[in-house]
Amino acid sequence: MSAQIAFYVLALGALVSALGVVLVRNPITSALNLVVSLCFVAGLYALLEAHFVAAVQVTVYAGAIMVLFTFVIMLLDLGTVPARTGPPEGIPKATIMGALGAAFVGLVIHAVRGDIRVPTTAGMAPERVAELGGNSRLVGELLFGPYLLPFEVAGVLLLVALVGTVVMAKRDSVAKSTASRRNS
Amino acid sequence: MDLISILIVVAKVAFVLIVVLHFGALMTWAERKQAALIQDRIGPNRINILGVKALGLIQIMADGLKMIMKEDFIPAGAHRLYHTLAPAIAMFPALVALAVVPFGPSFDVAGRHIELQVANLDVGILFVLAVSSLGVYGIALAGWASNNKYSLLGTVRATAQMISYEIPMGLAIIGIVMTYGTLEMNKIVELQGEYFRLGGLPILPKWGIFYQPLGFVLLFTALIAETKRTPFDLPEGESELVAGFNVEYSGMKWGMFFLGEFASIVVVSALVATLYFGGWQIPYVNLMALPALPRVLLGVATFFGKVIVLCWLQLLVRWTLPRFRYDQLMHLGWKRLMPLAIANLPLTAAWIWMLGGMKS
Repeated sequence: MSAQIAFYVLALGALVSALGVVLVRNPITSALNLVVSLCFVAGLYALLEAHFVAAVQVTVYAGAIMVLFTFVIMLLDLGTVPARTGPPEGIPKATIMGALGAAFVGLVIHAVRGDIRVPTTAGMAPERVAELGGNSRLVGELLFGPYLLPFEVAGVLLLVALVGTVVMAKRDSVAKSTASRRNS
Repeated sequence: MDLISILIVVAKVAFVLIVVLHFGALMTWAERKQAALIQDRIGPNRINILGVKALGLIQIMADGLKMIMKEDFIPAGAHRLYHTLAPAIAMFPALVALAVVPFGPSFDVAGRHIELQVANLDVGILFVLAVSSLGVYGIALAGWASNNKYSLLGTVRATAQMISYEIPMGLAIIGIVMTYGTLEMNKIVELQGEYFRLGGLPILPKWGIFYQPLGFVLLFTALIAETKRTPFDLPEGESELVAGFNVEYSGMKWGMFFLGEFASIVVVSALVATLYFGGWQIPYVNLMALPALPRVLLGVATFFGKVIVLCWLQLLVRWTLPRFRYDQLMHLGWKRLMPLAIANLPLTAAWIWMLGGMKS
């Protein structure tokens, strides 16, 4: 019962703050709403006894990535998006895009409908998890056991993306500095 | 959950909060006395109630009164909500992080097993990392919402510094996790009650500092950087930024930044004491063999004794070293601490392998 109340409180919080992300006009408020939303989702993970994922969610998303987001928004000083006057534009385009998105989600659900299961903790009750050495140990063993290759590949992918960003950001400044050197 | 177990939890939460806040307040006095000692002064000694000076301790009350009674000023153009929210967010990690730190040995009373720890999470250390990583928002919001260039510059420095030093902090903690094979704080403390033996004789307690001397130096440095105190106090470098991110704060809101900073010194000490100095364990004394009352009293006293020593060490660092230059700060974080912290990991792994594998 108390778990249910906690679930509804956390889920409501996550949804309200997620709505806040897209509805408010101030970018900082938007980013902070996202932080709050991520924290609520971490609470949902904790409620599912996935303490490790919950802690990592807060550390990585709320604590590291979103800090950089807010940092950049603050530095750029985007100000507030002005209030809209007149009817919103692009309704036909948005409708088509929305319909396409819904169709895609529907297709995906159709394709995997046989495999949809309501998650249960059967066989992995908290007591059983504790017996096997705790949540973090189990996640770690899965990550560095059967899922080692996908895990490492994902890591390399992120590294490639990072290096790519640096290269793309550098190309501009390198071109500029060589140009200025030529001029001087 | 019956009523009594709820009351026990509430009592533990209250105890930890009260201890952190009181330690934080006492630290302001200790800092002044320590500074005075180092600078060959006397320190606070005038303020008294009916002639009772209590070594200048009354100064704490005077400070508190002053901060509460000062005008609470919000500058023009500031974002009122965030300006008010920021000190609370900045203070939050210091108050919450101690929830997973065991401050004494467990005991049984009236058929109940009581752990002297607010929450025994199986992700113990990760919880501390998660909570402390949220502390940046308080500083970031404070600087941005103040609508002041000095504040914003202080915030930029603080954010960059805290993000940079979070990396060696996390990597140094991995060393401890590898050594003890668990993330749970009370298990780490338990394992530190064992000994390195030579011919059956206990030589050294298996404290983190003997396993991870390099990790200790790295973590302690990174944690001091996270508290933003000298030599890492560039975010509030007075000579350049007036007071950095908290320029536009007055009264108790400023007091919350101040108290949060001192509370985080206590948190750093508690964390380091737990991970590297055996928590509540007394070397060569088996506390668990004692009856409940002396065990708890001795254990809690030992833990807070270690915390006080580490707090004092931080004050000593604060008043001994001059402030870094900004490039030196970044250089130290990224080019010194981070490679060393990464090097610490294979070293630890080799060490564990030589000792014949991790206990699992």
